[in-house]
Amino acid sequence: MKNIFKIAILGVLGLFIQSCGNGGSSDQKSGAISGNAAERVYVAPGEHDEFYAFLSGGYSGNLTVYGLPSGRMLKEIPVFSQFPTNGYGYSEETVPMLNTSFGFVPWGDAHHPDISQTNGELDGRWVFINENNTPRIARISLEYFETEEIIEIPHSAGNHSSSFVTENTEYVVAGTRFSVPYPQEDMAIDEMKGNFKGPLTFIAVGDDGRMKIDFQLKMPGFNYDLAHPGRGDSHGWFFFTTYNTEEAHTMQEVNASQNDKDFIAAVNWKKIQEYVQNGGGEEIDAEYAHNVFDHSTQTATTTMENKVLTVDPREVEGAVFFMPTPKSPHGCDVDPSGEYIVGNGKLSTDLTVHSFSKMITAIENEDYEGDAYDIPILNFDSTLAGTVKEGGLGPLHTEFDGKGNAYTTFFISSEVVKWKLGTWEVLDRQPSYYSVGHNMIPGGNSRKPFGKYMVSLNKITKDRYLPTGPELEHSAQLYDISGEKMELLSDFPTHGEPHYAAGIPADKIKSKSRKIYRLDENEHEYAATNESETKMVRDGKDVHVYMTTVRSHFSPDNLEGIKVGDKVYFHVTNLEQDFDVPHGFAMIGANTSELLIMPGQTKTITWEPKKVGVWPFYCTDFCSALHQEMQGYVRVSGQNSNVPLKWTLDDEEIN
Amino acid sequence: MKLIVKIGMSLALVISLAACGNSEKEDKESLRLDDYSSQTKEKKTEAKDASGDSGDDLSNKGIGPIKSMDLPESIDSDMAANGASIFKNMCSACHKMDKKFVGPAIAGVTERRSPEWIMNMILNPEQMIKEDPIAKRLLIESNMAVMANQGLEEDEARAMVEYFRQYDKQN
Repeated sequence: MKNIFKIAILGVLGLFIQSCGNGGSSDQKSGAISGNAAERVYVAPGEHDEFYAFLSGGYSGNLTVYGLPSGRMLKEIPVFSQFPTNGYGYSEETVPMLNTSFGFVPWGDAHHPDISQTNGELDGRWVFINENNTPRIARISLEYFETEEIIEIPHSAGNHSSSFVTENTEYVVAGTRFSVPYPQEDMAIDEMKGNFKGPLTFIAVGDDGRMKIDFQLKMPGFNYDLAHPGRGDSHGWFFFTTYNTEEAHTMQEVNASQNDKDFIAAVNWKKIQEYVQNGGGEEIDAEYAHNVFDHSTQTATTTMENKVLTVDPREVEGAVFFMPTPKSPHGCDVDPSGEYIVGNGKLSTDLTVHSFSKMITAIENEDYEGDAYDIPILNFDSTLAGTVKEGGLGPLHTEFDGKGNAYTTFFISSEVVKWKLGTWEVLDRQPSYYSVGHNMIPGGNSRKPFGKYMVSLNKITKDRYLPTGPELEHSAQLYDISGEKMELLSDFPTHGEPHYAAGIPADKIKSKSRKIYRLDENEHEYAATNESETKMVRDGKDVHVYMTTVRSHFSPDNLEGIKVGDKVYFHVTNLEQDFDVPHGFAMIGANTSELLIMPGQTKTITWEPKKVGVWPFYCTDFCSALHQEMQGYVRVSGQNSNVPLKWTLDDEEIN
Repeated sequence: MKLIVKIGMSLALVISLAACGNSEKEDKESLRLDDYSSQTKEKKTEAKDASGDSGDDLSNKGIGPIKSMDLPESIDSDMAANGASIFKNMCSACHKMDKKFVGPAIAGVTERRSPEWIMNMILNPEQMIKEDPIAKRLLIESNMAVMANQGLEEDEARAMVEYFRQYDKQN
């Protein structure tokens, strides 16, 4: 008995040693199916993930950055929503980023991030993302991980078939999900059919990333749901799924699901580009904001634009065709070769795959089965490459691994299904928890996917994590797709409602990531780049405070001469030049957010003091051992007082 | 038997202390925050050491990229002017020439420290305040206000040495 007991203890000990001992073995990590799931998602303390994943925040309006395979959230990048954490959308410099033709819009619904491409491969310069509600497209720098530009899309509504880039980032597209009067006008809603339009906007992207609307394609008033560009042979084309080709204006849940087939719109954008370059199209009135953040002045500016070029697709021969696709297709995905265009018919059990080369033949043969508002409808059978039968219920989106396989999400049956391009056979299926929307393979909608991991972005969380009351964050799952069968490795919660995501190998961008803003490049109008430049300047009721921070004091830290009724602008420059030494600034009673100021940066917040007294401000970011001492006072005097402006540090006036 | 246990225990203690010890903790050992009188006393001794200017200080070249350098007798006034401008933009928030501010006063620094030490303190402050005996002492004197790394290049640090030399010659 005693012996058995000893052996048992030894056995347990052995197991324990084994489980502790292999932290350093990397060959097990890279093995396809070998090793356990925990090892394959474990990234040791201080080590970096292999991939960046950029997840849209949905109704958070922002973009979150994750590491894969760990599923660790690295950052939230504010894009379309105010972000009090660092003052985005509150600071004077960034408020213009959220200007629109509807005025200042503090919130957005961010959907489909897409990374810029060169020759059909991810190049890691920028991420583009669309705002669905108040139609806008944003460009985010992957050097700064900051939003640099937002352009509003005029005449659009429900900017959903967006923001996908062409093979060399020639264009980013923004298609309207809701058809609307074009241009807007006062009319009876039930006169929608035939009178509403569905403009598809092509935004040219310059070498410096700057966006400019090149043209809007005035399409019939269907709902344009999702899109992807052609690549390889099909480069020069763009494909958009449509639904509600019934043009129902009410109870679309039923009325937009009457037709057996809707369409994939195939747009030859090269032809249209040539057409507008040769003077084609009609300039019409439009009103839209174009907001650009300048890194040298560290300030955003808004330009209101008032014209847009519109193109009637029927005027450009051979530019636009419809491919019938069952059944209210949602995702529109193009395989890495550019030959296959997958229509994910969300009210179907089958997937319809179109062939680009067959489409071209059908166009050449004028193999039409009719037209929709004079746009040719190609014969369904003539463009059909194949059908994935009985994949599941409710296919939504497809990504590719670059090894001849496709991975489709099925919302209703809550699973991810792997199938083979060309033979259309189902190879594997794995459950998702629960009700997966998009999936993402890094580069999975480019010419060169990195087919090692797949993330499923799930709509329903239920019991996957510790309960947190009725409202839950959404859930994502990571699968290893390097082997024949998919393997579920881990769950991780996400922020907001991620729709699509974009992933890229970390080594394509991490060495370019900026560490600081250089003080000697700071051209902010109100910067004080050393303490001797700090001061207070009164201009009527406005008082500008040029302030600096360094570990661990403000200059000035005693301010007098402010009066009730003034508007105080705190322009705070962080004089640090070392990586990751931010300072914060918070003022008691300010009706706005704090500032988080990175080294070399200048940010501005306003304060309108309402009460006489001596009011403190302080640094919000634990910057050093003396952080708690990083504080100051503002003396606020009565409206009619004669207290002169006075700014000091260590009781000495600064000049 | 009892003795053996005691020895065993103290050995274990020593080992566990050794395992946990690191230089940062050692720095703080001399500072007992719960005892103001001893803290003040220690600070006084430290201050005395600092002003003592023992010959050892000048021979200390610090830790960092600058191993040794030869300075000419004459001052390069252009370089010194450049150093003054860098000092104003990058350093003056914490250092004044003629008074202790967040960090020590700079006046006389070229008489107290080797040029290598000065440049290493500018270029490699994180390691200096952990490992260099003078820098460690100064950190405590400065109430743990760390010397900031302002990301300067070697030639910029060199220009500042020139500015300090010029200042010390003229004052």
